[in-house]
Amino acid sequence: MIKSNLLNSITRLLIGVGHRMIARVWRLGAGARLFFLTIIYSGESFRRFHLTLREIYFTGVMSLLIIIVSAFFVGMVLALQGYNTLQKYGSSEAIGVLVALSLVRELGPVVTALLFAGRAGTAITAEIGLMKTTEQLSAMEMMAVNPIARVVAPRFWAGVISMPILAALFSMVGVLGGYLVAVPLIGVDSGAFWSQMQANVDVRADIVNGVIKSVVFAVACTMIALFEGFDAPPTAEGVSHATTRTVVISSLTVLGLDFVLTSFMMVV
Amino acid sequence: MTSNIVEIDNLSFGYKGRLLHKGINMAFPRGKVVAIMGGSGSGKTTLLRLIGGQIKPTQGEVRVDGKVVHEQDRDGIYQLRRKMGMLFQHGALFTDLSTFDNVAFPMRELTDLPESMIKDLVLMKLNAVGLRGAHALMPTELSGGMARRVALARAIALDPCIIMYDEPFAGLDPISMGVVCDLIRSLNDALGATSIIVSHDVKETFLIADYVYFVADGVVAAEGTPHDLMQSTLPFVHQFVHGEKDGPVPFHYPAGNYQSELLKQRL
Repeated sequence: MIKSNLLNSITRLLIGVGHRMIARVWRLGAGARLFFLTIIYSGESFRRFHLTLREIYFTGVMSLLIIIVSAFFVGMVLALQGYNTLQKYGSSEAIGVLVALSLVRELGPVVTALLFAGRAGTAITAEIGLMKTTEQLSAMEMMAVNPIARVVAPRFWAGVISMPILAALFSMVGVLGGYLVAVPLIGVDSGAFWSQMQANVDVRADIVNGVIKSVVFAVACTMIALFEGFDAPPTAEGVSHATTRTVVISSLTVLGLDFVLTSFMMVV
Repeated sequence: MTSNIVEIDNLSFGYKGRLLHKGINMAFPRGKVVAIMGGSGSGKTTLLRLIGGQIKPTQGEVRVDGKVVHEQDRDGIYQLRRKMGMLFQHGALFTDLSTFDNVAFPMRELTDLPESMIKDLVLMKLNAVGLRGAHALMPTELSGGMARRVALARAIALDPCIIMYDEPFAGLDPISMGVVCDLIRSLNDALGATSIIVSHDVKETFLIADYVYFVADGVVAAEGTPHDLMQSTLPFVHQFVHGEKDGPVPFHYPAGNYQSELLKQRL
């Protein structure tokens, strides 16, 4: 009796795990399908660039404040922590390099992507989810207007264009924040701060790799936000869950991708 | 050219193992206002989605202008949809666009008309629904009745041959209901279109419909002119038309024994 109950519990557990796995794989496939359809129907986003430009305003320009303020504080904290460690080894002049490399290689693309997922990603998911709930996407379909070409693709390209620019701004403002703490506050030599940075930050190995990362994160974060909105059940609860999933999945994807990309970049 | 612009033949549709429609046959003659009525959950709106090609039937076929809808590829379905206009239950206006831009949307997306002509056409459509003066308002600034009328102006933006209405009277005050009711009939006659109304508002629908289908339990339970159906002695039609609480459609959802459920510790 006990043995058969145990067997039943294990069977139920395995069935549950199997169902969850199938659902995950199905969602992955549906997401990939949406990605390819978005690429196929992207012509409209460039032929009528004002559609994309409008989305760049909402996703990019409207995210500027949070990006700039965060970058400023991140740069300042980096300078403080960096100085604390570097001075023990008598190399506090290298603080400029430390701040710049940390920002350009890692923190710029990663923190921008995380902030982008929280600010613009959730807005995209909620907007598309609500469009679905209020039958706006169905209305578009019934008017013979393809929602992927008209709604999804312009938002996708807006994200892909905006995020690398936001990441570059993040790094620039972060360096400025680091400078303000390191030079006027702590008293590191201004010339040493800039010249060490100029000598040790490589365009190919550091800046280009940072840009590549931010483009990859942009594709991932924007696509996750779009898919979650497009796939959200048309209820208030469905949209709310989809918005939460956007932040969680985007954040984990960005951090995972960052490790993979960094590994490849170190090898190459 | 057949006299029916839309024909439904032996249509069955279901999902998750449950059949919603079981062999439905309907015909929608050109120039007429035809209503599909039935209780909530009887699959009326699903029929509109099948006509529009948003879902595929399990069996049977829907023909629009002689073409089998589910056999068309994406471009073919879009070509058919250009002949259709649809009014959604809550209007489905694009909330980021003004009233003017909502009505202009299909013209801008599907035609190469110059902006000056689009402006004139939009104002004409809005004038037809009595809302020319509201062209600058956003959807959030419109009342339910006004939103429904703007959606109607958008549905007729490209002068479709088929106009589908999903619960056009739901949630409207009596004045708005009268206005929408009158608009459906007058626009149908002015455009020479065919209107398909899905509704459960008997009074308003019977006032404007030329022919009515009653759907119940997945089949066409009754059909005829509003006058015929008012006189019908069929129990279901009688209960529905006269709004009686009990009849073939029971008041109670199927349940177990009342007394034993009350005595149980847990449900």
